[in-house]
Amino acid sequence: MIYFAKWKIVAILLICIGGLAFAAPNFLPKETAESLPDWMPHKQVSLGLDLQGGSHLLLEVEVDAVIKEQLESLVDEVRVILRKAKIRYGGLGRDGAKGVKVTIRQPEKVEEARNLLRRIDPQTNTVVDGTAVRIELLERAIADRRNGAMSQSVEIVRRRVDQTGTREPTIQRQGDDRILVQLPGVKDPERIKRLLGKTAKMTFQLTDVRGANMDPSRPAPAGSKWLPSVDSTADTSQPTIYLIKKRVMVSGEDLVDSQPGFDSRDGQPVVNFRFNTRGAKKFGVATAANVNRPFAIILDGKVISAPVIREPILGGTGQISGNFTVQEANDLSLLLRAGALPAPLTILEERSVGPGLGADSIAAGKIASMIGMILVVVFMVVAYGKFGGMADLALIINIFLILAALSVLQATLTLPGIAGIVLTIGMAVDANVLIFERIREEVRAGRTPISAIDSGYGRALTTIIDANVTTLIAALLLYIFGSGPIRGFAVTLAVGIVTSLFTAVMLTRLIVVTWLRRTQPKELPI
Amino acid sequence: MRGLHLVPANIDLSFISKKTLFFAFSTILILGSIIMFLANGLNYGIDFKGGIMIEVRTEKAADIGAMRKNLGSLGLGEVALQEFGQPTDVLIRIQRQDGGEKAQQEAVSKVKSALGEKVEYRRTEFVGPKVSDELFWDGVLAVGLAIFAILVYIWFRFEWQFGMGAVVALSHDVISTIGIFSLLGLEFNLSTVAAVLTIAGYSINDTVVVFDRVRENLRKYKKMPLPELLNNSINQTLSRTVMTSVTTLLALCALYFLGGAVIRDFSFAMIWGVIIGTYSSICLAVPLLLYLNVSRRGLMVGETDDAASQAP
Repeated sequence: MIYFAKWKIVAILLICIGGLAFAAPNFLPKETAESLPDWMPHKQVSLGLDLQGGSHLLLEVEVDAVIKEQLESLVDEVRVILRKAKIRYGGLGRDGAKGVKVTIRQPEKVEEARNLLRRIDPQTNTVVDGTAVRIELLERAIADRRNGAMSQSVEIVRRRVDQTGTREPTIQRQGDDRILVQLPGVKDPERIKRLLGKTAKMTFQLTDVRGANMDPSRPAPAGSKWLPSVDSTADTSQPTIYLIKKRVMVSGEDLVDSQPGFDSRDGQPVVNFRFNTRGAKKFGVATAANVNRPFAIILDGKVISAPVIREPILGGTGQISGNFTVQEANDLSLLLRAGALPAPLTILEERSVGPGLGADSIAAGKIASMIGMILVVVFMVVAYGKFGGMADLALIINIFLILAALSVLQATLTLPGIAGIVLTIGMAVDANVLIFERIREEVRAGRTPISAIDSGYGRALTTIIDANVTTLIAALLLYIFGSGPIRGFAVTLAVGIVTSLFTAVMLTRLIVVTWLRRTQPKELPI
Repeated sequence: MRGLHLVPANIDLSFISKKTLFFAFSTILILGSIIMFLANGLNYGIDFKGGIMIEVRTEKAADIGAMRKNLGSLGLGEVALQEFGQPTDVLIRIQRQDGGEKAQQEAVSKVKSALGEKVEYRRTEFVGPKVSDELFWDGVLAVGLAIFAILVYIWFRFEWQFGMGAVVALSHDVISTIGIFSLLGLEFNLSTVAAVLTIAGYSINDTVVVFDRVRENLRKYKKMPLPELLNNSINQTLSRTVMTSVTTLLALCALYFLGGAVIRDFSFAMIWGVIIGTYSSICLAVPLLLYLNVSRRGLMVGETDDAASQAP
C-alpha cells in the first residue's frame, strides 16, 4: 500500500494531466475552442436542449395510411380490369387491413378473373373461395412498403427542417413508426410544427361544373367528390365547398421548384411554381382541352383556389394565389419544394425550451455547483485537516475528469445532469470519509501512522467498491429506461462514480503516501 | 488527534435496544404513505398523465387572475396556474385533452394565441396519451428492476439475510418518498423517478457500509452476542455515516436553494431520500438482521477468498 510502482505514479499523473487538458476547452469561448488545431483537445461538452434552448419533437408516421392507400389503388385496378374483361362483379372493396375482396357474379368466369387479377402485382397472393376472390398483400411487401414510407418520411422531414434554416438539427428514425426531431436554438417551434403537420400532397384537378347547381349535402355524382375550401370559415362570399372531378391532371410530384412572390397586378403574396417536362406536358394538354373551365388547386384534400383556365398553359410554370399572407406563401412554397410526405405525421410529444430559460438554468447550475463545492471543501478541511485538504484536491481534479470524460464521449449535459454532478460532489468524498474514518480507528487502536494508513486504505476498499457498484446499477437502469434529460443525469452520475473511485482511492493515496515519505510524521493530523 | 469529530470517537449509543420504537415508527410511516397514496394519489406531471405545461415570463409581475380567466374561457378543461420561482414567471398546466395526440397540439396553439406575443415562452411541453403511458410503465419497470438488481448484487456479495434487510430498508425509503410526495402534493414526474432511483442507490450505499462492518465483526468476535455485535457495528460506522450525509446534504442544499425552480422538487426528493436513507440503514436494516437468522458459519467459509481480495 505504501509502495507505489514508478509506472503507476506516471499513469496516475498522466490521467490527471489528460483530464485537465481535455476539460480545458470548456473554459474557452465556443469560437476559440472550435478554432483550436486538431491535435489539441478542442471538444466542448455538448449541452442538452434544456440548457441551450430548442425543441424536441417526437413524431409518429401513420404508416397504415400508406397501406390503405395502396389497397385503394388496388381496388381501382381491379375495377378497371374486370370491366375491360366484361366480367360482372359485386362487393368490391378493401377487406381487412391487407386485402381486397370481390365477388364474381358469373361463376364460370371465376377462374378467368383469378388469372387476370393475379397479374396485377407480383407481391400479392390471390385466393379463391367459391365465387369470392381475395387479393392479399404479402407480409414482405407490406414490410417493405412501411420501411420505404418511413425512410421517405425521414428524408422529407429533414428537407423541410433544413429549408427553415435550423442549424445542426438531429432527425432520427425511432422504432417502427417514429421520428425524433431535435432542433437546437429554434426560436419559433410553432412554425416548424405547422410545417411538419402538413402532408403537402398537391394536385391539380378539374372542377365539376354541375356542382354549381347541386346541393352539397347530397352525395356527389360518380367520378367526382365534394371538397371543402381552405378558407371556408374565413370568407363566406366564396362557395365553401367545391365539386371536384376525381381524376388528377397533374400532381405535386411533378413540381421541380416553387418560390414565394408577389402578384404583378395586385401585389398580393403568391407562390410561383415550375413543372418538370412530364408535368409541363400533362398540364399543357389538360389546360388546352379545358379552356374557359375552372380547375382546382388542392392541398391535402382542401381547395386552395379554383381559377378559370383562360388559355392553355404550355410553359410549365404557374402561379397560385389564394389570399395568402406573406408567411403562408413562404410556408407553402417551402412545403412544395421539400415534397409531400407519404403519410400524415402526428406530434406525440413536444419539449421546447426558450433560450432565456436555458441560459438561466446554466447560470443557476454553475452557482449551485460552485457553492456546493465550496461548502464540501471547507467542511472536509474542518473535519480532517490536512487529509481533508488532500481529499479536496482530489475532488477538484475529479470535477475536471468528469468534464473531460463528458467532452471526449460527447455525452449531452442536461439540467438533471448538472444535478448529478452536484450530487457527485457530495458523494465523491464518501470514499475518502470511509478511508479517513478507518485510519482514525486504526490510530486509536495504537498503530503507527504508516500501518494505520496502510490498513485504512486496504480495509475500506471492498466497502467502497460494494457501495459504488449498487449506485452504478441504479444509474445503468436510469440510462436504459430514461429519456432525454434523465439520461443526462444517469450519464453524469455513472461517470462521476467511476472518476471519483479513481481520485478517492488512487490519487489521494498517492498524495498521502508522498506526504508521508517527505515528512515522516510521528502522529497523524487526522 | 485533531480535526472535527461530529460523532465522538468512543460513542456508544444504544440502537438495537430501541428497535421496537424504530420498527413502530417505520410501520406507521409506511402505512401512512400507502394510505396517503391510495386516498390522495400522486400529483402526476405531464410525463405520466399527458397534458400541457407552458412556462411564460411577463414584463411586469404577472396578473395570474386575469390570465386564469383568459385561459379558462378556452374550454380546455382544468387549467392550473402558479407563480414559478419569481413574480414574473407563471407555470401553466393544462389537463390532457380528449381526442388523442392531435388535440394536445391544437390546445397548445389555442393557448399561445390567447396569451399573444407579449409574453416570453420559456418552456412549452406537451405529452400525448401514447407517450405518457409508455413513460409511466418505463418508470415503474426501472424502479422495480433497480430494486431487484440491487437485491441480487447484495445476495451475491453477502448472504441472502443481508439482501433481505437491504431491500426492506430500500423499499421503505422508496415508499416513504412516494408518501411524502403525495402528502405535499409535489409534482411526480420523470425527474422524481430519477430521484427515487438515486435515493435507492444512496440508501443501499449506506446500508452496505454498515453491513460490511457487521460481517467483519462477525468474523472477528465469534462469541459476542448478536445484538451487542450489531450495535457496535453501527457505532463504529456512525461517524462515517454522519459525515457523508452532511457533505451530500450540503451539496444538495446548494442545489435546492440555488439550482433554479425547474429542479427544486427534484432536489427536495433527494434531500428527503438522504435523510430517510441514513435512518433506514441504521435503524431498520441492521436490527432486522436479528430476525433473519444470520449464520456465522456461512461467513467463515467465504472468508478465504474475501481475505485474498482484500490483500493489497
